[in-house]
Amino acid sequence: MLWLALHFHSLPLEVFTRGAAVSGPLAVAEKLGGRTRVVACNAAAEACGVGAGMAASAAQALADGLVVRQRDALAEQAALEGLAVWAGRFTSSVSMAPPAGLLLEVGTCLNLHRGLGNLLKMARSGLEEVGYAAAMACAPSSRGAWLLARAGVEKAIHEPARLEAILVTLPVALLDQPAGVVEGLDRIGASSLGDCLRLPRAGLARRFGQALVDELDRALGRVPEARAFFEPPARFERALELPAPVHVAEALLFAVRRLLPELEGFLTRRQAGVQELELVCRHERRDATVVKLGFVKPVRDAGRMQLLMHETLGRTRLPAAVHTIVLRAPRVQPLAGANADLFRTQHGEADGDLLLERLRIRLGPDAVHGVETAADHRPECAWRPAQGSKRAAAANRHRPLWLLPDPLPCRDGRLKLQSGPERIESGWWDGGDVARDYYVAEDGDGARLWVYCDRVSGEWYVHGVFA
Amino acid sequence: MNSSLESVLQHPGIWRGSQRAQAAEAVLPTGFAALDAVLPGGGWPRGALTELLIRRQGIGELRLLTPALARLSEEDGWLAWVAPPYVPYAAALAAAGIDLAHVLVAKPASDADTWWTAEQALRSGACGALLAWLRAADERRMRRLQLAAETGRAWGVLFRHARLATERSPAALRLLLEPASEGLAVRVLKRRGGPVNRPLVVALPDAGRTTSVLSLARS
Repeated sequence: MLWLALHFHSLPLEVFTRGAAVSGPLAVAEKLGGRTRVVACNAAAEACGVGAGMAASAAQALADGLVVRQRDALAEQAALEGLAVWAGRFTSSVSMAPPAGLLLEVGTCLNLHRGLGNLLKMARSGLEEVGYAAAMACAPSSRGAWLLARAGVEKAIHEPARLEAILVTLPVALLDQPAGVVEGLDRIGASSLGDCLRLPRAGLARRFGQALVDELDRALGRVPEARAFFEPPARFERALELPAPVHVAEALLFAVRRLLPELEGFLTRRQAGVQELELVCRHERRDATVVKLGFVKPVRDAGRMQLLMHETLGRTRLPAAVHTIVLRAPRVQPLAGANADLFRTQHGEADGDLLLERLRIRLGPDAVHGVETAADHRPECAWRPAQGSKRAAAANRHRPLWLLPDPLPCRDGRLKLQSGPERIESGWWDGGDVARDYYVAEDGDGARLWVYCDRVSGEWYVHGVFA
Repeated sequence: MNSSLESVLQHPGIWRGSQRAQAAEAVLPTGFAALDAVLPGGGWPRGALTELLIRRQGIGELRLLTPALARLSEEDGWLAWVAPPYVPYAAALAAAGIDLAHVLVAKPASDADTWWTAEQALRSGACGALLAWLRAADERRMRRLQLAAETGRAWGVLFRHARLATERSPAALRLLLEPASEGLAVRVLKRRGGPVNRPLVVALPDAGRTTSVLSLARS
């Protein structure tokens, strides 16, 4: 087993900042024991001298225009769940370590991701896309990896002996123990894990509880640890509050880009794809705007969704400013994963569906279609626009390549009938009754027309061109 | 001639006046031997624009293309019809051997959208052929289309009015089509290679010869 631990050290701050590219000085404060203290702050605030642990009022005095937000534990929990969903793209064994950690069992999926180095690289760039920062560490035991990540020791360790050598240097404050235990250990002079391990086991357990000994054993991998794995929700619906109201639809793209990788992780984990996507833009005191996105076939690739989202948002007008966006996948459909090539084949293969989707977004869904034949004798009913990929085709070589959408009254006396008639009488059952004699006629300028004589009125019409 | 000069002359961008240009891109046989004989490489140029100049619709300009379109529809990729003047009729397309599953019709609402659609279709690489009926052409837009066709390696066919025959155009091939008694008279206005002076007549497959058959009876 190899565990990858992710510690999201700036999660309290990132739940507020990840919706926008840049923001002014921002600090997140929490009320503890009657005093409001800064828990985290961004780089702009740090530059003004604000730091964690500072009183909120002091921070406000230091930084001009500092925005102080109350810590939102619920949002952090939702963000962690979102991250667990996102991590589904790497492995199905994702375990949450609240309030700000994820543990991924990656030993079984190293081949899939072409080695640990590649996996870590993908995880790091993926996290950047979704807008979080994390300390990452790998170790054979989940508790050990977690302690390394908490301590900020970003190392990938495979051997238990090496893990022990590093763990013994870590401070006891990292342990998941009550404050009293940590304080007590400190008082007897055991400030690092190594100090604890050197103490007699029985005495340590008697004095500080079995839990401490168990935790040390689990960290070193001497005792296995049972972890509950995260079960992704049945539906995908993720909200993102924007740091500032957005008026232009295109500006929403940045925030949408944060959510799409989570959707991709969700779909990968479920071996599924989506054919429809909904982006709900919530306004103040107004009904939400819903932007819909349709795909020709189920898709999973976040890049593709992003491309079409970009086109769609570019053509969307917002009635009011947006404060929150919600990305929703109403229906997921099974979609097998793509096989990786054993040999590096030529890439950059054209994607016909993508072109179709892009044209539909810009021109409207009805303006782009295929054609298929229909079983009807009336020429105008014998074809129809087709949206799917299966096309019925009944060939008829006595038909012109151009059909006029509306027959044109013809009073040109110069037409010369060449062949015919082909009598078509049909449609009495649906009100579109026709009784026509069709002829091929040549006009004086070398064009061959498909004309008919309406047998009811006796009028002549042009219905097609043999182009 | 030494070998290095020979290799320079092999460059597809260079042609000598005495001979037809070596086709840089793949070509698509037209299905008409007389036409293949005058086209560089012996067919329609893929990855370039072909301009068909006609005085009016319906003289057989589509029948000139159908053999090549039928061949293309066996491959992957769309046959995109952008802003066609009428409805491309499914039964006749199928009769010409074109696989309808590859036919894509786009009817943009504005001229700007038409140009955009044509360019996207050519550039995407997802189209085997693009047939476009464009209005208000200018050279800059045409050049963009030509580049898009090169990028997407698509056969771009533009239908334009014959009065534009004297205008400059970046298209690789320009043909002026006129009706003739035994088919279609084709004048090559421009091709990659030397000029062609004499017009040629292409005998088109006869269309629409119906015998007097009642449709109901035949079904």
